[in-house]
Amino acid sequence: MRTIQAKEIIDAVAGMCIKANTELPDDVRTKFEQAMAEEESPSAREVLRQLLENADLAAETKLPLCQDTGLAVFFVEVGEDVRVEGATLREAINEGVRKGYGEGFLRKSACDPLTRANTGDNTPAIIHFDIVAGDRLKISYMAKGGGSENMSRVTMLAPAQGWEGIKKYVINRIAEAGPNPCPPTIVGIGVGGTFDHAARIAKKTLLRRLDDTHPDPQIAAMEKELEEAINKLGIGPMGLGGKTTVLGVKIAVEPCHLASLPLAVNVQCHSQRHEEVEL
Amino acid sequence: MAEYKLNTPLTDEDLSQLKAGDVVKLSGHIYTARDAAHKRLVDLLDKGEKLPFELKGAVVYYVGPSPAPPGRPIGAAGPTTSYRMDTYAPRLHSLGLKASVGKGKRNDEVKQALKDYTAVYFGATGGAGALLSKCITKAEVIAFDDLGPEAIRELTVEDFPLLVINDCHGGELYVQPDRKAAGIE
Repeated sequence: MRTIQAKEIIDAVAGMCIKANTELPDDVRTKFEQAMAEEESPSAREVLRQLLENADLAAETKLPLCQDTGLAVFFVEVGEDVRVEGATLREAINEGVRKGYGEGFLRKSACDPLTRANTGDNTPAIIHFDIVAGDRLKISYMAKGGGSENMSRVTMLAPAQGWEGIKKYVINRIAEAGPNPCPPTIVGIGVGGTFDHAARIAKKTLLRRLDDTHPDPQIAAMEKELEEAINKLGIGPMGLGGKTTVLGVKIAVEPCHLASLPLAVNVQCHSQRHEEVEL
Repeated sequence: MAEYKLNTPLTDEDLSQLKAGDVVKLSGHIYTARDAAHKRLVDLLDKGEKLPFELKGAVVYYVGPSPAPPGRPIGAAGPTTSYRMDTYAPRLHSLGLKASVGKGKRNDEVKQALKDYTAVYFGATGGAGALLSKCITKAEVIAFDDLGPEAIRELTVEDFPLLVINDCHGGELYVQPDRKAAGIE
């Protein structure tokens, strides 16, 4: 059994919150630069130019890339042989969020859904735990902004609708969302599982790098097909027209009930802010 | 596509010349308000009370900035998605509000109100919160302090870069998605 001190977790989480919100990931920057080279429309190029300038400025000044620093979402892999000392793992993560959002001057967006009263420190975080073999703790953090999250959907298709039905639903969703979620977006898709599980795996795909390739060649081909189809919608950066409506499409597929075909579409804005640490 | 430099408060003359796609560099005072603040503004109107700022000629920016770090007037301050304010916008335009600033689509009622009251809907680049904050030289909470990031602030802006999305003549800049090209029609 390995012991990890809660303080180590708190500091790691606080650091991730600040870094992810002020430094644009290198894979996103590369995509912006590629898109700049391919876009012909002046307004599309201008939006991308502003986003690159924004990223430089955020890194230099430590201002957040976007004022919406999100709900703090975590995917945590907990080794079976790990114990946390000083606080529960959940408490340590929430304390890290409090510290990071406070010290980093990040916006606190968590509020009561009905009274709308702000909780004041961006907690509680949304935390998904997975128990895995070993004595390591892997914590992945994502800042999930409201504008893009609002454009996300879960639906239960009929099994007969198959891949064609999935494609149609996803493309329509992105067409409907139009300029609202800050395109070019990243689209996380969960196919299978149950109603709730589809949403969870869709969100988890947003942690993947934009330049990776799905290990299953069939799913990799589906990701490419959807990315190309969505980009043909012509929505473009900020909805002003252009070739870049999505920077990437990521799909997770898991077994489901024989009566069901759950589908979740989780839209992420162009600023795909995430970090991970392994302790 | 023309480029204009405008100062607040805005007038009918300022706005009737603008067309969707024009670039505007705005200077002067603008007011932040988003979901919760709009609800309170409309509650005040229902009760016949005075609003915390003069609506005539005013510009409302749909933003909830991040906290100001030491030495800066404001944190990151990019636009939030506008459709959530669609319920409130026509009434505010009818009382003299001249422009809103946000990102994303507006509904038909808002577009009609822009025509009826000679007003415009400006877009600012979503997510460019650090960059846009450079144009904000002063920020002061003037109402609803308890709403935190959603409080109403008076911002002093210099050459704030805006794009006319919906003009007062029915013009719109957003493209219609080409479902046929994407293979679903």
